[in-house]
Amino acid sequence: MRSLRSIILPMGASILAILIGGILVAALGYNPVTVYGSLISGAFGTGINIGNTITASLPLIIVGLGIAISFQSGLFNIGADGQYWIGATAAVWFGYHFNHLPGWFHMILCIVVGMIAGALWAGVIPGFAKAFVGSHEVITTMMMSYIGILLARYLIEGGPMQQKGFNPQSPEVAQNTQFPYFTQGLMQSQLSLIAVAIALVAVIVVWFLLYKTTLGFQLRTVGLNQRAARYAGINVKLFTVLALCLSGMFAGLAGAVQMLGVDHRLLDGFSSNYGYTAIVVSLLARNNPIGVIIAGLFFGALTTGGQNMQMVSNVPAALTDVLTGLIIFFVACERIIPQVIGWYRRRRTLKSTSAA
Amino acid sequence: MEIVDLKKWFPGVKANDGVNLTLCAGEVHAILGENGAGKSTLMKMIYGLLEPTAGEIRFMGKTVHFRSPREAIHAGIGMVHQHFMLIPALTVAENVVLGDEPGRIRFDRKEAQRRVYELSEKYRLAIDPSAKVGTLSVGLQQRVEILKAFYRKAKLIILDEPTALLTPQETRELFSIVHSLKADGVPVLFISHKLDEVLEISDRVTVMRAGKTVETVETSSATPQSLANLMVGREVVLRVEKSPAHPGEPILQIRNLHVRDAGRMERVKGVDLELRRGEILGLAGIDGNGQFELADAIAGLLKVEQGQLIFDGEDITRWSPAERTRRGIAYVPQDRQLDGLVLSFDLVENTILRDFRKRPFAKTGVIDRTAASRYTERLIREFDVRPPDSSRKASELSGGNQQKVILAREVSRDPLMLIAAQPTRGLDVGAIEGIHRQLVRLRDEGKGVLLVSLELEEILSLSDRIAVIHDGRIVDIVPGAQATREQIGLLMTGSRGHSEVSLP
Repeated sequence: MRSLRSIILPMGASILAILIGGILVAALGYNPVTVYGSLISGAFGTGINIGNTITASLPLIIVGLGIAISFQSGLFNIGADGQYWIGATAAVWFGYHFNHLPGWFHMILCIVVGMIAGALWAGVIPGFAKAFVGSHEVITTMMMSYIGILLARYLIEGGPMQQKGFNPQSPEVAQNTQFPYFTQGLMQSQLSLIAVAIALVAVIVVWFLLYKTTLGFQLRTVGLNQRAARYAGINVKLFTVLALCLSGMFAGLAGAVQMLGVDHRLLDGFSSNYGYTAIVVSLLARNNPIGVIIAGLFFGALTTGGQNMQMVSNVPAALTDVLTGLIIFFVACERIIPQVIGWYRRRRTLKSTSAA
Repeated sequence: MEIVDLKKWFPGVKANDGVNLTLCAGEVHAILGENGAGKSTLMKMIYGLLEPTAGEIRFMGKTVHFRSPREAIHAGIGMVHQHFMLIPALTVAENVVLGDEPGRIRFDRKEAQRRVYELSEKYRLAIDPSAKVGTLSVGLQQRVEILKAFYRKAKLIILDEPTALLTPQETRELFSIVHSLKADGVPVLFISHKLDEVLEISDRVTVMRAGKTVETVETSSATPQSLANLMVGREVVLRVEKSPAHPGEPILQIRNLHVRDAGRMERVKGVDLELRRGEILGLAGIDGNGQFELADAIAGLLKVEQGQLIFDGEDITRWSPAERTRRGIAYVPQDRQLDGLVLSFDLVENTILRDFRKRPFAKTGVIDRTAASRYTERLIREFDVRPPDSSRKASELSGGNQQKVILAREVSRDPLMLIAAQPTRGLDVGAIEGIHRQLVRLRDEGKGVLLVSLELEEILSLSDRIAVIHDGRIVDIVPGAQATREQIGLLMTGSRGHSEVSLP
């Protein structure tokens, strides 16, 4: 019953948001059926579109897992975007060095380095500052995020990672570290089965970690009740650092996977916003790793569908941002709905008693 | 006031299912019942916080339907909640007039103070109207609540568990206030689950059980036993039956212990104490005298500033809480919801909260949910936790059952020593009986039990020795069998002049 509700309510919120978005679109003079039709066909219409949607959702899913870990541990990792870029940068640097290594080993090396970089970026300064000085992680992760993004930008805009003679961008990672696309169709949507497999394994690992291991038990205890955690003999400081490390680790993993699977190099134009969208993904999934897949796909579909919507029906793609905003709003409101129901019931009993 | 066949049904629960009550002018009427008997629901309906499903409330001859506390207050019902609704940063007078201030736009502070002063004179509730509420003791804060009711011209005062937070002395003062109210003809509805208080203060008692009023009796014709039986619905053992203690070797030695609380205040100021195997050592004291900081320090939750803790022959002063737990210290913390449980965890997770690293609950870092569930189910059966469903969240349990879960967890860990801080706070007779029996059983098994409690009655009935703490120091240690209420009460205030027996 309870678990059913936790699925139905976010779904209901999304549907309500889509309905209101439809009214909005109609009010602006477009045909909501065409607009939503183009949105859906853009996201799922053809095999390539579905591939695009999955490609777009993978980083959201992986970063979202990291966010879910931090939220379940009672920490607000707002700086996943910076951790993502640091992970991406580290992976790319290792990707175009060490070219003599065998491909599979080079790949793993890049991924591991990306994960470590993201973990350290979140864990060292924000983690220790939170654990030992009590600095709020919202501030520190956010600031570190700016530093991370701008550092990555510097490295390719006149910094040591810039490829000479080109627009600001880094050299391409070695051919044998790029995830293969296997088929022509997958190639078009830049969808690599290795990336999909990594995301799925990550989901299972996080789910297992949070719900089946003593480590996850301790993280969740710290997240729910620090005093009880201390009473239970848990080293709260250690687990605060660890939670942020793990959270950053998955953001870094997402960065590495994206570089090896899609971008292949750092490019100018750092506006992925994966770190922020992933917060919404995790919230919509109620910080449940399995739910993160669905929520991630949903937002991936909004991205790819939104592009198509703009092309076909001339609606500005910004409207998908409006839609996203509405969904966030309704998910947040979801807590209000039971209260409204309770209020309505009270009114009913009041009427029945005064009638009696 | 008259209450006729009042019912309140929540989905799936009949919180009140036939409540009948008549309150006469000038009487102190007690409502006695276990936790969950429906006392609070009844009060909320009288006070307009809940709408009754059926039945009616008559007040001063008229049928009333209060839709909000505002209407109830307006009609003349004054409620003193168990947890005070006061603003600590404001003065007594400001708190009393809050929401109904004298003066039109400008707040007339002088007038407020004058009126509050008059009221306190009239009802003999001595209090300084200009004192900040935050600086007052709990007993005085309660007076502010009572004054609030009178300021709003209450014709009926409801006291909801008024003594829960009071010291014995403050309870005495409250009772004299209730007596003077009665003399003035103000009816008082006194909600409690404490038998002795009800017997002492009330004229008539209505006993509630499972949402129904069972019986209304004249207090003069009632005995503690008869009331307890009515409350629980079966024969209850009121006094703890226990054989003489056989104290053995010391299990815990505390030497010149100094502890600061989280706010860096020194709370324990040089305590020397020894707990032996096979005894219950009661630590009596008025709240805020360092007893809970001492308990936390032994459990490792507060750092020891100075001094030494020797547990079973080992110096544990610098050990982590986890190491102490492993070595055999069990701890029932004072605040079960803040410290003892993770409320949104289910019972299985809460049961293994302190032992999740150990086999069989975990193997190489992976939790074995099946083993943990099996163990939890067993404890639920043994300790009669209700509802008996290990997948319930701790927050869905009543206070008494939450406490049972904590006690079950701590006792079943087979510890060498148990520190029980306020183990029965807010619990009803039936649950207290069970918990006391567990403590005595632990003692008889040769474990050391340190009982930290603000309930003098509990300390007196359980302890083999009683240590009295005042201002962070042990005033005296008295053998439990010879101790009297008066003697301990006096020691609690810090004076040891009349102590008859003294142990080194």
